[in-house]
Amino acid sequence: MTLTLEDFPPGRLGTFGPRHVTREEMLAFAAEFDPQPMHLDEEAAKRLMLKGLSASGWHLCSLMMRMMCDGFLGRTASMGSPGVSEVRWLAPLRPGDDLLLDVEVTEARVSKSRPESGIVTFKGVVRNAGGEALCEMVSPIIVRRREGGA
Amino acid sequence: MHFFEEMEVGQRSELGSFTFTAEGIKKFAAQFDPQRFHLDEEEGKKSLFGGLAASGWHVGCVCMKLLVADAQRHAKEAAARGEEVAVLGPSPGFRELRWIRPVLAGDTISFASEIETKRTSEKRPEWGIVQARNTGTNQRGEPVFSLLATAFVPRRSDRP
Repeated sequence: MTLTLEDFPPGRLGTFGPRHVTREEMLAFAAEFDPQPMHLDEEAAKRLMLKGLSASGWHLCSLMMRMMCDGFLGRTASMGSPGVSEVRWLAPLRPGDDLLLDVEVTEARVSKSRPESGIVTFKGVVRNAGGEALCEMVSPIIVRRREGGA
Repeated sequence: MHFFEEMEVGQRSELGSFTFTAEGIKKFAAQFDPQRFHLDEEEGKKSLFGGLAASGWHVGCVCMKLLVADAQRHAKEAAARGEEVAVLGPSPGFRELRWIRPVLAGDTISFASEIETKRTSEKRPEWGIVQARNTGTNQRGEPVFSLLATAFVPRRSDRP
């Protein structure tokens, strides 16, 4: 069954993953979108602030999006998103890490401009296998209401 | 890429443009954002976007791509002049990302970056912290993307 606005009351939604991240995919993403030495050059990265090869923060955000799609958005009547309130990159994603994503609904309301839909605000925190938080994201997504409304 | 000392609030850089093809949109979406309106023309037409639309994350990643290319152009020029080369530091995050209008297959987006604030880091005196508003505009001059980015920027080693 397709999830609608009514299925997202404020509170904990769930934990999604794990998603294993390989060195090869980190390097491929960095080469295409973020070719900085800290994301691409093992030796140079050791001498830089993050002290070792790390994934692009945009790669980590894109992986969080994929984990949300696989976890629940893929079966949600999603209509897109107006943006992202905040992203905090807290610690580097390293090659070979396994990611877990905790998602909480912080707000869910009916849209004023499109009453057939609502805005659900999600807060996602992604952690590595050691439990260290790597990234926090707060993002509203437009979700259709159940047929006939409430 | 410049050193912290040379950056001024209000300074604007044009980063260049990028055309989003249907093929590129679907490839990114299949990997990171497999929602139907990012994968299929017909589903895109039926959606709020009105056509095959790029994932917002794809638009953000392309903005990063052009920012890095611009920084590397500046670094190369500085190296050619025999000057010290500034290497951009990591970013603690961003705020206020807005997907203002859909980016549809065939759209060409021009990106720019404008410095909003700068301060020195208390914990890391060799670094400054700069906030910049990065924006994307389509071929009709309509804004499509905006975010307030924060990044560590190196200070000159020979600063007074």
